[in-house]
Amino acid sequence: MTVRIGVITFPGSLDDVDALRAAKIVGAEPVSLWHADADLHGVDAVIIPGGFSYGDYLRAGAIAAQAPVMRSVVDAARGGLPVLGICNGFQVLCEAGLLPGALVRNAGLRFRCIDQQLTVERTSSVWTSRYRSEYDDVRPILIPLKHAEGRYVATEHDLDALEAEDRVLFRYHGDNPNGSLRDIAGICSADGRIAGLMPHPEHAIDALTGPGTDGLGMFSSLMDSLVGAAS
Amino acid sequence: MTSTGMTSGGMTTTSTTGNDLTGSEIAQDTVILAAASPEKPQPYAELGLKDDEYARIRSILGRRPTEAELAMYSVMWSEHCSYKSSKVHLAYFGETTTDAMREKMLAGIGENAGVVEIGDGWAATFKIESHNHPSYVEPYQGAATGVGGIVRDILAMGARPVAVTDQLRFGPADAGDTARVLPGVVAGISGHGNALGRANIGGETHFAASYAGTPLVNAGCIGVLRASDMYTAHASGVGNKVVLYGSRTGLDGIGGASVLASATFSDAADGGARRKLPSVQVGDPFAEKVLIECTLELFAADLVAGISDLGAAGLACATSELASAGDGGMIVDLDTVPLRAEGMSAAEILTSESQERMCAIVEPAKVDAFLAVCAKWDVPAVVIGEVTDTGRLVISHRGEVVVDVPPRTVAHDGPVYRRPFHRPDSQDALQANTSANLPRPADDELGGLILRLAASENLCAKGWITDQYDRYVRGHTVLAQRSDAGMVRVDDETSLGLAMASDCNARLTALDPYRGTQLALAEAYRNVATSGATPLAVTNCLNFGSPEDPGVMWQFREAVHGLADGCAELGIPVTGGNVSFYNQTGSEAILPTPVVGVLGVIDDVARRIGPRFGQGRTSEMLFLLGETRDELDGSEWARVVHGHLGGVPPLVDLAAEQRLAGVMAQAAKAGLVTAAHDLSEGGLAQALVEMCVLSDCGAAITVPPPNPFVALFSETPARILVAVPTSRLGEFAQLCEEHSQPSSALGTVTPTRPRLEISGVADISVAEMREAWTGTLPALFG
Repeated sequence: MTVRIGVITFPGSLDDVDALRAAKIVGAEPVSLWHADADLHGVDAVIIPGGFSYGDYLRAGAIAAQAPVMRSVVDAARGGLPVLGICNGFQVLCEAGLLPGALVRNAGLRFRCIDQQLTVERTSSVWTSRYRSEYDDVRPILIPLKHAEGRYVATEHDLDALEAEDRVLFRYHGDNPNGSLRDIAGICSADGRIAGLMPHPEHAIDALTGPGTDGLGMFSSLMDSLVGAAS
Repeated sequence: MTSTGMTSGGMTTTSTTGNDLTGSEIAQDTVILAAASPEKPQPYAELGLKDDEYARIRSILGRRPTEAELAMYSVMWSEHCSYKSSKVHLAYFGETTTDAMREKMLAGIGENAGVVEIGDGWAATFKIESHNHPSYVEPYQGAATGVGGIVRDILAMGARPVAVTDQLRFGPADAGDTARVLPGVVAGISGHGNALGRANIGGETHFAASYAGTPLVNAGCIGVLRASDMYTAHASGVGNKVVLYGSRTGLDGIGGASVLASATFSDAADGGARRKLPSVQVGDPFAEKVLIECTLELFAADLVAGISDLGAAGLACATSELASAGDGGMIVDLDTVPLRAEGMSAAEILTSESQERMCAIVEPAKVDAFLAVCAKWDVPAVVIGEVTDTGRLVISHRGEVVVDVPPRTVAHDGPVYRRPFHRPDSQDALQANTSANLPRPADDELGGLILRLAASENLCAKGWITDQYDRYVRGHTVLAQRSDAGMVRVDDETSLGLAMASDCNARLTALDPYRGTQLALAEAYRNVATSGATPLAVTNCLNFGSPEDPGVMWQFREAVHGLADGCAELGIPVTGGNVSFYNQTGSEAILPTPVVGVLGVIDDVARRIGPRFGQGRTSEMLFLLGETRDELDGSEWARVVHGHLGGVPPLVDLAAEQRLAGVMAQAAKAGLVTAAHDLSEGGLAQALVEMCVLSDCGAAITVPPPNPFVALFSETPARILVAVPTSRLGEFAQLCEEHSQPSSALGTVTPTRPRLEISGVADISVAEMREAWTGTLPALFG
């Protein structure tokens, strides 16, 4: 079975090609989705990539959340389609109401591009199952991070609920690079199928061009889940 | 609100609400009017034109110029656009470029950016440009539009911009104004550059008192293209359409031409206020990003016959250059140009430097497809004119002809100055004041000195700056900041890579501009070689003081000759460059700063060499390639410890640099070297500190006798510190022998002992070195 992974390109998207490359490396058929086209072209999962969609001029991700393609993604996600938002994509998912909370200006007020250690908090999701076997839930993974607006905030109530429902996927390990509440780097829906994170796993799939290959696990996890479901 | 359109001196404006132009517009300065009113006084001097230059324009046209023509000539004949003071010297680059050096050049000086073949049907283009003055006035926007401008330059060659770099110079790091300028410049590069999706792979930052009132912001960009796909800035094919696409044209960035406006409208309350817009252009990174993607799609669909970006001098530059490089004629209708402000005059539309605009020449049959691609990306695009063979550039506005000129006279036949130059009398005293008499440290002071220098403003880690730039985007970055050269893979389908480094130690250029520039070339060349790539081509960004100062002109001429002669000796061509004059505060010029950029190519990016040792399981030995002389004039030691600048720079040995590059290329190919770092400012001591900290690993070495101070701090060029696996020592020795490469064993890498141990001299922990090296900028800038 060929798994088709769609990657949305908004005007201003930057890391769409990186996400498409990651899909290809794990053996999926990468499919480009255009922001103005509501048709998801039958993809099995969607990645919303990093960048500055529509210039992030209103609020990061706010305009993208209203794009025709996103209306389809929201419907499909509620129907169980796996969706991953990376960086700007995470911001879009929060703006679209698929994930709680918001991403605001970094505590240090500056853009930061660094290699960041993360702990994988939940390995029972379609996006993180591979980390269970590979890393024994203990070893932190090293993933690049690059953003000016990545400080995760939510109400105390929402934060408590996220933790109670095991919906925190990743936390920053060591220094908290942006002041995110409770060191949260990524979260997911209750069923684990809708996920968002600020760091960039698609930039850690080849030791030649990234700090290592720790990011591959997210895309391989998805493949396990989709191929397993089909067989 | 009623329309308060008024007229004065033949130019018109309207109130901010005056949508109806016909009611308020009165006659503008047309070609017919100009011919009929030869005696009308014109503000040419305020526009920077000299008496004889104005007279020449009148003689070219056989009448006085219209205001629009005057605006065009004045911006195109400015120093920035016409290179009038530098042209006679820059010709030396052409004179010294041999046919053999030209072999791989597809485009050279005169195009937007030089293009060289790099193998497998690929070509690369690269360029560095200055945006110094705007960045001092408005650091954020000045730097932001500098990045935007250089990326469009690369795009205009038909290339996909793949990486950017920045070459920055500021006043003393702890000076008050540096706290305003540096964070603003860095935020501008970050805020604008990161949104464009081009990896930032390096650059350099230096501090010196002479830049306090004149910071330098140079921006570089590398692009890649299929060698067969090169576009050049020419308008050929009679009947082809001229398409302007991108942002609307507004009143921002109108420099010289605003004199026309203020000369005409100084009494008009409305008109005057309307024009109080920043003379520094304001960039829109989102519009720029979309313009890049849109243009790449236009290229891919083969819809472009010729192209130019709109940078300095805007449409005036793009139309005159396109026309004069093609079939020689063009008609343009300014009424079709989408505007941001109402009632803009022809002169303003022509010289506006609004950002994010391109001008393309398109075959009539492809115009619809062209406009459809622009529509897909929501990029405004309009046909504004047509290519003709009349030899005239004819521009109309409000239905009247306001420009009718031979385009070549605007674009290429600007004035040429032969400015006086002579070696300043003070140069002898400067060179006589050597570092020989400065007290040198005792051996037991060397450990402290290593840390002190590592923490000094020019040698300290620049992570506070480079960590604000996206080095990962698009997934092709193989080496970036903290490496000697940045390196990117050309494409997913190939292992071919490009390396780029840029350098200039302006202290050395001040002591001897000819030799200092050759040292900048040697260092950039060596940095590329250190990464395992083979140097291929050279660009430059020549930042100097006022060309009206004969001493500065001498520095400039020496720098050009030094660079050209050096390139001829190395056998690699200068493919392009940029000149920035008038970098001075009052009568005080900056240190001459000819930034030299070298581009290199590597067959297999997996073979690149980085600065980190101790990463694998094999044991490694450290070797110093090259010979060390007692050369401390102009050194960082002399500056930091004694505040001294005098003497003569280190000797240049380009044959040694070439030999070293050959050894490194072979070593990379054979995998004989696990890590390498070039020796430059701060000498061996600084290279050891940086490698140990970046590797998070120690080393135990013995410095060669007799003088450990000279061994550690001399800045003799043509040296590289390398780590070699002990299992490959024989092959490495053989390689050095084959190339007659001097090499000395220094010691070993010590992964289990995180200290830099210099036998009998110093023993410093990696943690201490990290604190010293990385602590300086965060302490100053937060």
